Amino acid sequence: MEEYIPLFLTKYNYWVYITLMMIGLWAMIAKNNLVKKIVGMNIFQTAIILFYVSIGAKYGATIPILQHGSGHGHEAAVHAADYINPLPHVLMLTAIVVSVATLGVALALVIKIHQRHRTLEEDEILEQLRES
Amino acid sequence: MSEQYPALVVIGPLLCALLVSVAGWLRPRLCLPLAIVGLGIAAAASTGLLAQVLATGPVSYRLGGWAPPWGIVYYVDNLSAVVAALVSWVALFNLAASYRTAMTDYPEKIGPFYTLYVLAVTGMLGMVVTGDAFNLYVLLEITSLTGYALIGLAGGRAPLASLNYLFLGTIGASFYLLGVGYLYIVTGSLNMADLAKLLTPLYGSLALLAAFAITLVGLWMKMAFFPLHAWLPNAYGFAPAPAASLLAPLMTKVMVYVMIRVMISVFTVEFILQEVALSQFVVWLAVAAMVAGALMALGQRDLKRMLAYIVVAEVGYMVGGAWLGNKMAMTGAILHIINDAVMTFCVFLAAGCIYQKTRGTAFEDLQGLFKKMPWTMTALAAGALAMIGVPPFCGFFSKWYLIRGGLEAGHWGFVGALLFSSLVNVVLFFRIFEIAFFEPMSHGHGGHGGHGEQAKAIALTEAPLSMLLPLLAAALGLVALGLATGPLVEKIILPIIPAGLG
Amino acid sequence: MKALALAIVALVGGLLISATVDFPDWGDPASPASLHVSPHYVEKTMEETSVPNIVTAVLADYRGFDTMFETTVVFTAGVACFLLLRRREPRPGPSRVYRHRATGVIVEMSQPPDTEPAPEVFKRIDDDWTPHDLIVMNVCRLLIPFIQLFGLYVIAHGHHSPGGGFQGGVILGASVILLALSWDLRTATTRMKETATGLMSATGVFIYAGVGALALAMGGNFLDYAALSPILMVDPVAARSLGIFFVEVGVGLAVMATMVLIYRNLASEGHLDQGL
Repeated sequence: MEEYIPLFLTKYNYWVYITLMMIGLWAMIAKNNLVKKIVGMNIFQTAIILFYVSIGAKYGATIPILQHGSGHGHEAAVHAADYINPLPHVLMLTAIVVSVATLGVALALVIKIHQRHRTLEEDEILEQLRES
Repeated sequence: MSEQYPALVVIGPLLCALLVSVAGWLRPRLCLPLAIVGLGIAAAASTGLLAQVLATGPVSYRLGGWAPPWGIVYYVDNLSAVVAALVSWVALFNLAASYRTAMTDYPEKIGPFYTLYVLAVTGMLGMVVTGDAFNLYVLLEITSLTGYALIGLAGGRAPLASLNYLFLGTIGASFYLLGVGYLYIVTGSLNMADLAKLLTPLYGSLALLAAFAITLVGLWMKMAFFPLHAWLPNAYGFAPAPAASLLAPLMTKVMVYVMIRVMISVFTVEFILQEVALSQFVVWLAVAAMVAGALMALGQRDLKRMLAYIVVAEVGYMVGGAWLGNKMAMTGAILHIINDAVMTFCVFLAAGCIYQKTRGTAFEDLQGLFKKMPWTMTALAAGALAMIGVPPFCGFFSKWYLIRGGLEAGHWGFVGALLFSSLVNVVLFFRIFEIAFFEPMSHGHGGHGGHGEQAKAIALTEAPLSMLLPLLAAALGLVALGLATGPLVEKIILPIIPAGLG
Repeated sequence: MKALALAIVALVGGLLISATVDFPDWGDPASPASLHVSPHYVEKTMEETSVPNIVTAVLADYRGFDTMFETTVVFTAGVACFLLLRRREPRPGPSRVYRHRATGVIVEMSQPPDTEPAPEVFKRIDDDWTPHDLIVMNVCRLLIPFIQLFGLYVIAHGHHSPGGGFQGGVILGASVILLALSWDLRTATTRMKETATGLMSATGVFIYAGVGALALAMGGNFLDYAALSPILMVDPVAARSLGIFFVEVGVGLAVMATMVLIYRNLASEGHLDQGL
């Protein structure tokens, strides 16, 4: 057990994202209400965003925006170690947009389902479908 | 201009989709011509690209002028060029065939409908030509979102089916994204060719295995590989006819293409055969997919749903072929991507023609159709023969390669399941032809909703010419592809089979 | 179902946790992700694009093609919501509700009237929600122009500070949604018409793809802003910086219009007459 403690302490970012992701997955599979499933889907996607952003972190580095005022070519050399990794942030901007878009379409579908069945509980909808 | 083909394949339809959207607000009559122009550009550019790739070898294209791995590149080899040409032509034919259904069913929403239609094709084409793992994810999401909307457009149970597809599709795409993240964290790159180089020293690492497993499970969800297929039958069965005949032939096939691309260009076959050592397990899953797909298709009483279950079985053919681990089976799997896209297109389009006339595709609606719609039923018969695997229809040849691959690998379960599913296809399609040929059209049969009777009340005739011509072209394409198997395999498929396969 | 879900969650979670053993530690500056591709971005961005905000440069230039499709994803979601929900026929069921402005008396008409009553005398209000809060309405009226100004600033200043098209577009969209919340959906729809919203959302993506196609027409690769330098009459590096600005404007336009489009269709179930 002892050897796992440093593992946990130095890599806690992964543990956090996995926990969140599994909460989302659980909600998507086990919840009965369609809106709760959508909430689970969002937690699931956000966990992945958290994972990517945590990749970009670097000890002793600052946000990836260079100093103002210096014309290009004249400033002191920029060291990559002084700035955090910008790429995961760029990728996650895309993933955030995708999750917003998915959320919008999912809610539109839920409204259509509600218009037809007047309920959002999955078991009640399936009951109605069996009867018809 | 020819050096810009890879960009044009995607940019042409994208710009036209935006114009279609504008036209939808201002001049709805222009939507269809603009959509045709967009897909026409894609079809022309992808055909030109195929010719170029065959003449001069793989083409790469730097988007924004940035060199890989810093920028995004398009990398087009034989496999991607042929799949891109296939996707764009099938989409173009389907557009021509389905405009009448779209006009009658969604007259007010023609603009958004065609916008999403063209965007879906853009996404698929982008996935096929891209050489960047993350870019693939973005395009995958475009195709998926358009798919959810096009499927959910139909009334009745379609929105619920679409929402289930959305849940599973989102899990699948997120798993793919997570797999790319794992690759990024161990290598620092997103470019496929660069990844393949950087991964070699990492063989044996647990993170790499996890990345592979997650990516693959994500893609399997998207392609409805057994046992992750639960969304497909409802989604494609309840989808509106024009969307079903676009998505059913192309979406699963493009995902199988992506799986093969990830297997041979990112992780490489050496890694899969030596490090993963799951080939046996996956091939048995494929066997289960074929058997389960065939058995569940037997239980259906509706043409479209039956076809949807056949798609589940066909995915098993291709995944199994790709994982058998020899050249013959891989050839069969790639050939089957091409053949199956055309076969599935042919049968789903025939179902669409029937729906256009009878407003239903339950088995009762098919009675007496051979007399009323002889050409449609002939095309359906051609598609059926190809799916069963009768020469000279193309389905025979890819199955032949798959069976020889199975024999070479000594995997009797795969061979047996393939033959079993073909035999079940015989039963399935002959049951339909029996109904359509021998059973007379009955009036007012009980226990079945009003739509059948209404349809029978009006004089049932052949489908309109605009639907019939693309359908017959697809049916002829089945024979043409079958006859062209030799050159197709030798010129296009064999050069890209990786040498590492036994 | 619960047992199955638990099994799946445990299995996936276990697999993911076991893989973390090979991962670099949190914040490790020597991790592969920080050493392979990203140093080039950090060290060369200023020289190659003259944009101090590296995230903006990577987003809109090095990986600008991803971002174009990202904007397309937003646009797709807007079109999808419209396609799924929009209904032209009026909402079935009850009646319309009006407030007499002078007295505050609320009148319900069981049949929709043939001619609307004069709007300066009778104001139409939502059936189930009657916002008549003087403070909220007027504070929002005062705030919205400043919110929009800030949105424009965020779009335009994305080169130098955190911001850019997506963030600014969302702020602009939120200002219109705030109007719909504090007044009502009809007011917001008359201020920003449905057709205009739809056209703006397509135009925004078109600006992005059009800048790319213009570069292609000028003889460069798609989205190679440096090829635009002859038209913009600046050197290629400055052309990249300007190109990034143009596409960010397109992104902002598309995101703003799409947020409004999605909100309206979701809030009113596609009728665009009333709703939260």
